[in-house]
Order: sequence, then structure tokens, then C-alpha cells
Amino acid sequence: MSEQAPSPPHAGADTAPHGLLPALHALMEQLDHIPDDAIAALAKSHNVSRADVEGVIGFYHDFRRAPRAGRLLRICRAESCQAMGSEALAAHAERCAAALHESAAGAPAVTIEAVYCLGNCACSPAAEIDGRVLGRVSALRLEQLIAGQGR
Amino acid sequence: MSPRIFVPGDSGAVSVGADEVAMAIAAQCSQRGLAPAPIRNGSRGLYWLEPLVEVERDGVRVAYGPVGVDDVPGLLDAIAEGADHPLCLGPTAEMPYLAAQTRVTFERVGVIDPLSMDDYRAHGGLRGLEAALVKTSVEIVDTVEASGLRGRGGAGFPTGIKWRTVAGTQGPQKYIVCNADEGDSGTFSDRMLMEGDPYTLLEGMAIAGLAVGADHGFIYLRSEYPHAWRTLTAAIERAEQAGLLGHDLLGSGKRFRVELIKGAGSYVCGEETSLLESIEGKRGLVRAKPPLPAVEGLFGLPTVVNNVITLASVPAVLADGAEAYASKGVGRSRGTLAFQLAGNCARPGLVEVPFGLTLRELLYDFGGGTASGRPIRAVQAGGPLGAYLPEAQFDLVLDYESFAAGGGTIGHGGLVVFDDAVDMAAMARYAMAFCAEESCGKCTPCRIGSVRGVELLDRMIANRDGDGSANNDTLLRDLCRTMVDGSLCAMGGMTPFPVLSALNHYPEDFGLAAREPEEIR
Repeated sequence: MSEQAPSPPHAGADTAPHGLLPALHALMEQLDHIPDDAIAALAKSHNVSRADVEGVIGFYHDFRRAPRAGRLLRICRAESCQAMGSEALAAHAERCAAALHESAAGAPAVTIEAVYCLGNCACSPAAEIDGRVLGRVSALRLEQLIAGQGR
Repeated sequence: MSPRIFVPGDSGAVSVGADEVAMAIAAQCSQRGLAPAPIRNGSRGLYWLEPLVEVERDGVRVAYGPVGVDDVPGLLDAIAEGADHPLCLGPTAEMPYLAAQTRVTFERVGVIDPLSMDDYRAHGGLRGLEAALVKTSVEIVDTVEASGLRGRGGAGFPTGIKWRTVAGTQGPQKYIVCNADEGDSGTFSDRMLMEGDPYTLLEGMAIAGLAVGADHGFIYLRSEYPHAWRTLTAAIERAEQAGLLGHDLLGSGKRFRVELIKGAGSYVCGEETSLLESIEGKRGLVRAKPPLPAVEGLFGLPTVVNNVITLASVPAVLADGAEAYASKGVGRSRGTLAFQLAGNCARPGLVEVPFGLTLRELLYDFGGGTASGRPIRAVQAGGPLGAYLPEAQFDLVLDYESFAAGGGTIGHGGLVVFDDAVDMAAMARYAMAFCAEESCGKCTPCRIGSVRGVELLDRMIANRDGDGSANNDTLLRDLCRTMVDGSLCAMGGMTPFPVLSALNHYPEDFGLAAREPEEIR
């Protein structure tokens, strides 16, 4: 037994397995995806297998293996927003984005995704554009966002 | 002296334009030679009136809302002249929605500048920690147990008993874990508190640490809450400077550190054992219980896992005593609960009241019925895993036991209102589809059952105008029983509640004849 007290299990997040999530978040913030060549390096630095790293990336919705084009529009599809018409709103947004894509080559791309609750349920329907939360979203507002107008 | 102006910095208020209003007010104030810039408080929780601007004069805050950017010049004219303004709602504290509430946990939310330690102290902050520091660990646990406080995350387990287990378990290290993975649709009280009064949560965690002998805490915050992340990050830093956290709590020599961990978009990580796996850097697979986290929790060590609102209620319990808290509420549900009105609701927002109101009082007296003006057809109580309740059950009393006896779950206090345009078969299908999407995959009833549930409901919906749905009805009930009885956690174990309640209360939406009440079970 060493004289020195052992460090507690939560210490050393940079190199311990539990530092993996923060490391993946950091990569997402820098590159917006987790590139192939990062997997082995993450496995080595956090003392886990490459399969472990892939497993963690695959489990969580936030981590992506490929970069995404253009802006990200997330429309909340959970119950509270459904009660305020988010299903129709999302369908409308998809149609708008498709029409824009066909009509104007080179128009700024928008990726539309579903999200399940932004915690803005008292201002349903809610959406989020590039990380900014929007409340009481109308069809017109979404059209403008998809067309790259307004905020 | 120019009046103090408050514009909420809460992300809900910001989502409907509060930042733009604050900037317009700041610009107008500087043009008019008025100082200072508006204070960014939390939200009062009256979201249909956001952005809700408050103006303080002679110690009285008067509310205006909802304020748009175009309203700002006229509003400031009216304030300068002491004249009336059409958006004026009168003194904030006298607004019926607020006056009818009993704010305990949310006492300071919307009132103070969330990151001002001076404001926090001036409004009663730190009294709980001061009281805890002169008590023994056993006395703190006794106080929390006597208050009757139960877990506000959804399960309603008595907090004092959980703490006693951790306090009595030996370990080289213990942890306090705050579950801030508020993923249920219709709930936003954790977010409001973390954005509007973060020090209360940190104080509650420090008290929990003193009670069980833990010197390290984690807040597991969902990634969908970037605003709360920024607030908490700043709050932890300032709390360490002020001695609310750190190696010398308020000069006592006791230690408590808090680390903030970001989730990654997984709903099931709100389940406590899955959350612990996630903090450990793994896939969020649910653990079998026992062992309980209180005995073998984070890194296999004794761990308190509590929800944000549970921990944030603790300072008030210590500051004002167990009796003051326990004197509110009914039956075995003591104290207050912060209900959240959402969905198709005319006056959505946060309503903190003692247990014992009926659903009807919340939906109509506070909520004002639907936003669409149509009749309320269904209310989902307690998040995506909670039952849908029809009008016939609106007189259920909101305490844990009565509500459960009536087939409902209070859960985290979220109430999502639907008008008569809702298709309940589609909502039942959604419940199964959500479970299929978010299941951690460890147990078969949840992983496979939810997929089979979607398929069954698809067939029922396709055939609901014909006569072929009866068999599927039986199959669906059988599948639900398997999921309830066989799942490892609430994800698979409670997904059948919204499904079965939709089937039982709204059979016509499935193309089925109404059933006699005794057939339902």
C-alpha cells in the first residue's frame, strides 16, 4: 500500500474512460462531426477499445460520424408541440426545403431534423435554428428561416 | 432616480424575443439618458405573457406584457410620464396567476438577477446551508425526512430515506448526482430553476453532501439546454468564490465541489442508472436494481441521485424548518409541487402550489382552458410515460397516492393539454414509436415490444374504419402487459400507460366500441 491517498475515481477526466463524452462533445463543437481518424486516438487516450468509442458514438443522438451541410433546423415533435400542430409544421417545412432545393441551385442548404423536447413547452410549437431556440413558431417564420431570411 | 427595468433572460422568454426587447430598451434608455441597462431576471413562469417586462418603482414591480420591440418607445414614454399603458398588467405580485400560487422552491425565480450573489443573499439565499453547517449529518437527514420531501423527478421516493441509506453506507468516496436530464415533454421546471436561480440548486447539493458525507457532486445536464449550461457554468465559478462551494464552505472548513456534465441527446439517460453509466462515459444502458445507486452508484460507490427540483427544495426545508414545509400539502404528499402547464393551453406556465388541488383547478383556473378555444379532450400528466386523462378524471386530487389510484402519474408535474382535434390512436402510436427510438436496448420487452407496438397500432389505425381491429386490441393489451411486467426500467415499463389509457378512454379513435368500465384493466 502506498502512503499517498489514492485519487478518487472521478479524477483525471482527460485520460479516464469517463472523459469520453466531454471529449466527443469537444470534437463536435470544433468539427461538427467525429472523424474516422479520431476513433483510435480517443480509444488510446481514454483507455478503452475502439469498439467502446464507436458504441458510445452510436448510442447518443448528438454525435455524428459525417459532417452535415448547411444550417440545422430542429423542429420539436414531442407531445406538447404536437398539441400545437408541430406535425403539420414539420411537414410544411420539409416541403418548403424541398421546393427551395429544386428551384434555386446554390440556395443555402438547411438540414431539418426532429428533436424531442427543447424544454420550451410553454411556448409550443418550438424549434431551434443553429442552436437558437424559437417559441410559438408559425409556418411563415419557418418558411423565412428556410429561405435564409429573418431570424 | 430612474426605475429599475427587468427583462427575462430565461431561454423561453428569449425564444419569443426577450433579447431583442432588452436591446431596444437599453438603446432607448441610453438615448434618453436613463441608466442602467435592464436587469435580466429569470422568468416568472407566465409564458403566454412573455416577454414580460417589469418596472420597479418605490419597491413595487409592475408588469407589462407581452412586450414586442415596437412597443418599447411607447412603453418608456408611459413609464416616464407615469401614464397608463395598454400592456400594463398591474403589480406583478398581485397578478391572479401568481397571487394564487405558493412559491417555495421557485420563490426567487423571476425575482432576482440569477447570477448576483448579493441578490441571492438579500432574498434569503444561503440560510439553508448556514443552518445545515451547524447540524450533524444525522440531524440534516432527520430534518429532510421530517419535511416529507419526496423525489420530484417522478418516482416520488422519500428523499430523507434515500439520504439515510447513503449516509449509512461506507465508502472511500460518495457522490451527489443531480439529474438535470429533463427530457419529458411538457416539463420545464428544472430548466427554469437552473436558469433563474442556479445557486439554490448548488446550495441544495452542498447540503446533501453534508448530510451523507460526500464532497463531490455532478450535475448531469441535457445538451438541449445550452442556456442553462452557460448559467450553471458561471454560477459554479461564482459560488466557489463566495464559499457556497469549494474547499471551505462559508468558512466552516467543509468541502463540496460540483462538476457539470453534458448529456448527448438520449432520453433514457434521465433514468438514474442509465445516467450514471453516461457520466462514467459509457452507452446509457440501464442497470439492473438492486444494487441501488445509494449503495453502489457512480463508479460503484454510494451515490445520492436526486432531481433538480428535489435538491432545490432542500435549502428552504433547512432554512425554515421541516414543519413549515410539511405543513403544506395533503396525505403523504407534503410541501409544494411546481406543475407545468403546456401544450394547447391558453395560459401555459409554471404553477407552484401545495399538493391537493384538482386537475380541473389547474387546467381551467390557472390554465384558462385551451389556446385554440376548443374543448379539452385529453391531458397527458407526467410526461411521455404518463397516462392520458379524459374530462371524467379532471376531479382527481393531485397528490401522489390519489392520482395513482385514479390511474394517473404526477411524475415531474408536467401537464400537456390537447383539444378535441387530437387523434388518440396517433398519440398511442407515438408513445410506442418514441419508446422504440429511445429504448436503451438492454431488455427485450422494451427493445422489441415497442417496435411490435408500433406495427400493431399501424394496423389498427389502417383498419379502424373496417371491422378487423378487434384481434389487434387483444394483442396490444397482451403486449402492454409483457412490457409493464418484464421491462428493466420505466421506459419500457410505463410506455404502455399512455397507450392503454388512450385505448380505454378513447376507443372510438381506434375504431372500437366503448367498453364497460369493469372490462378495462
